[in-house]
Amino acid sequence: MSATVAMAQPAAPARQRRFTVLRQAIAFGRTRIGLAIVVAVSLIALAGPLVAPHSPTVFVAAPYAPPSAKVLFGADYLGRDVLSRFLCGGRVILGLSLAATAIGLAGGIAVGLLAAYGRGWLDELLMRLMDVLLAFPQIVFVLLLVSAFGPQLWLIVLTVGLSHLPRVARVTRGAALEVVERDFVKSAEALGETRTRILLAEVLPNISSPLLVEFGLRLTYSIGLIAAVSFLGFGLQPPAADWGLMINENRIGLTLQPWPVVLPVLAIGLLTVGMNLVTDGIARAAIGLGAAPAMPR
Amino acid sequence: MTMPGVSVEGLRVDLAGTGRDIVADVNFHIAPGEVLGLVGESGSGKTTVALALLGHSRRGAQIASGRVLIDGQDILAATPAALRAARGRLVAYIPQDPGTALNPALRIGVQLEEMLRAHLPMLDTTARAVRLAEMLEEVKLPAGPAILRRYPHQLSGGQQQRVALAMAFACRPRLIVLDEPTTGLDVTTQAHVLETVRSLCARHGVAALYVSHDLAVVAALAQRVVVMYAGRIVESGPSAAVFRTPRHPYTRRLLQAVPDPAARRGLVGIPGHAPAPAMRPAGCFFAPRCDLATDICTTMPDATRVAPEHDVRCWHAADLAAATPAVPPPDDPPPPGGTLLAVRGLGAGYGSVRVLHGIDLAVGPGECLALVGESGSGKTTLARSIAGLHADRTGTIHLHGAPLAESVRTRAQDERRSIQYIFQNPYASLNPRRTIGDIIARPLHIFFDLPQDDIHRRVAAQLERVALNAAMADRYPDQLSGGERQRVAVARALAAEPQMLVCDEITSALDVSVQAAIVTLLADLRRTMGLSLLFVTHNLALIRTLADRIAVMSGGRIVELGATEDIFNAPRAPYTRDLLANTPGTSAIGLTQAAQTPP
Repeated sequence: MSATVAMAQPAAPARQRRFTVLRQAIAFGRTRIGLAIVVAVSLIALAGPLVAPHSPTVFVAAPYAPPSAKVLFGADYLGRDVLSRFLCGGRVILGLSLAATAIGLAGGIAVGLLAAYGRGWLDELLMRLMDVLLAFPQIVFVLLLVSAFGPQLWLIVLTVGLSHLPRVARVTRGAALEVVERDFVKSAEALGETRTRILLAEVLPNISSPLLVEFGLRLTYSIGLIAAVSFLGFGLQPPAADWGLMINENRIGLTLQPWPVVLPVLAIGLLTVGMNLVTDGIARAAIGLGAAPAMPR
Repeated sequence: MTMPGVSVEGLRVDLAGTGRDIVADVNFHIAPGEVLGLVGESGSGKTTVALALLGHSRRGAQIASGRVLIDGQDILAATPAALRAARGRLVAYIPQDPGTALNPALRIGVQLEEMLRAHLPMLDTTARAVRLAEMLEEVKLPAGPAILRRYPHQLSGGQQQRVALAMAFACRPRLIVLDEPTTGLDVTTQAHVLETVRSLCARHGVAALYVSHDLAVVAALAQRVVVMYAGRIVESGPSAAVFRTPRHPYTRRLLQAVPDPAARRGLVGIPGHAPAPAMRPAGCFFAPRCDLATDICTTMPDATRVAPEHDVRCWHAADLAAATPAVPPPDDPPPPGGTLLAVRGLGAGYGSVRVLHGIDLAVGPGECLALVGESGSGKTTLARSIAGLHADRTGTIHLHGAPLAESVRTRAQDERRSIQYIFQNPYASLNPRRTIGDIIARPLHIFFDLPQDDIHRRVAAQLERVALNAAMADRYPDQLSGGERQRVAVARALAAEPQMLVCDEITSALDVSVQAAIVTLLADLRRTMGLSLLFVTHNLALIRTLADRIAVMSGGRIVELGATEDIFNAPRAPYTRDLLANTPGTSAIGLTQAAQTPP
């Protein structure tokens, strides 16, 4: 019955079908709200420097000056314009988070696929190595390496990415284990396809949905982690503008002039919530909780 | 008026919210103690009808109108509470796969007792114990506490199905619905389970609805038959009448598609597939696939009585009584000569468990060797060893006199190309994320260095070779029916231009009409391309028309190897005789004469 129902649907063009899960995810209200938030915050971060009224590093008012016509959200602990620093401080955190997530995802997928397809001792070796990494709390792992080698941006990106790696690897392996046992993989082996091609062309496309969810989740964690590292003083160094750094620099004056803390907290919070909503929508679409009716009309 | 037994009147089940029916105008009666067979291809609505008899509809479907009277009580009008009470006590259901119907975490005894406790609460502990022993005895399970302490996974498939039967008959229901209950079972086990069903129904006066696509089983078991097509009953009547003198073209075509162990004849598939509810034509739903269709078929015919109790929904029912369909003679391929593949002293297993012992066999060029055996006989392991997909083996396999490596990875390109493997389940063997064109192009990329244009041309040629439209190259596997998918798998194998195809139960997931078409296709390819076939199956009847020689396997050994006709006419091994005796044939009720009366 189900087979005939599927057949009854008109043949969709190839390009459309490739993104079925994404299209179904967009149908959820939560995905749309999340996407709107993420796009809005990203726009602020990307285009912010272009519209900032002042330079982020120039003193324009008295320290902790309250909001006025000249400085819309007041001044920070050194008397710099809060709005300008906020608009300029997002680019770096967003870029670093994306890069760290990409590293973690690429490494994790590679390890997970190899473990699932290799089985046996390779699986054991890789996954026990991942367990060792998993034993460190993510922030401790990052701080350990950054405090040892100094606060360099590439190192932060690398360590945050590395801290994601075991988590992504576990998800990938779990999803791939079921796929590598399917007959179409056996069929590719019988034709003599290379291992790389089997993993990338046969297995990977079939686990793209859980990995999409994983991407959103890891991006959220990256944003939080990198903001935390900046807050602790290991990220961008003063006088550079950065959301994490802003929170740290101005927290003493929180009661006096809340804006330099509230604005970046709000942005990071919204970005995280938005990303989570999108991720959740994709996850729901991936398990088939589609909003659209499954039956043909 | 209340008739004893079960009456279904004007049943209609709709796709929820569309007003479009899945099945409609369903009427039949089952007398107490009678087994009614309900047959049809996938998508015919037979499971929908079966579930409606329990007052149940699947997600997305709703029972729109009609009555299901069980001893005068209308199940469809019952309140949810009354319905819950009726299930188990009035109606019982046996699902297709008993392994998934039994709770894997509970012992058999606990599950059987639960059933008694829920529906017969008046029994005390001793009475329940007595009843349990009776139930086991009825379904011929070994008596005693040992079996009650087992978990479902510790039982064989046949035993699991017997437990399900025991549960279904426990409360002496008035109606029992069996949904393809023997599909996953071996022929021997299937014969035993069917016998149990028949005797229990007769002894306790239970009406049974037996849903199946296997006409041979239905012919052997049911007194009366209902044939469904695209949500309508197209023919109904006594088994003997329907199978011996089918009056609906669809029934006739179905019967021609069924292989018969008792006769060597060609199989004829039915092109196309049953239309989904949204795609049904105006008028007779079968008309687009029917040879006899004329202008009058654009209006829907009513069911008319053509003989006592024999109803047919076809304008041409009267003509069909006289016409005899042409059954093609079996294919007679060239006699094999020489040896393409030779297997010597092959043993194989999984670690310390050895499943194959000392296998010797040879396949000549252009020859079809069938490998027959029940599940667990090692036939798939043997096929996979030959294809290099199972590396844990000893002994030798020679192709053209050169030894083949254990693993396909270490075999030469040309050796890999020469032997192509087709998998059992076409729903699993095609990557759902690749287009049909991509899938068929892979072997071309791997084995032949061709420009992109040539690849496109060859993909189209392969699709046409397996009787598919070349435009299908842009589709994805989930847009195809099971039979079309298996054709794609065949096309992929042919694209490598092999000398030998290893077919592992390639029709067991398909309808009989599709199965016949695939087997015919293979026979054609073999004749035109001189392909060798190693055809693995548990269906003896199927290969009678196809195979030159048969190797019968049991317990990891070949117990008999000989020419097809010799095996069918004079089986020597006791195991082969058992296998033949338990294979249900449609000729048991005279189908063969009816379906292939010479012109």
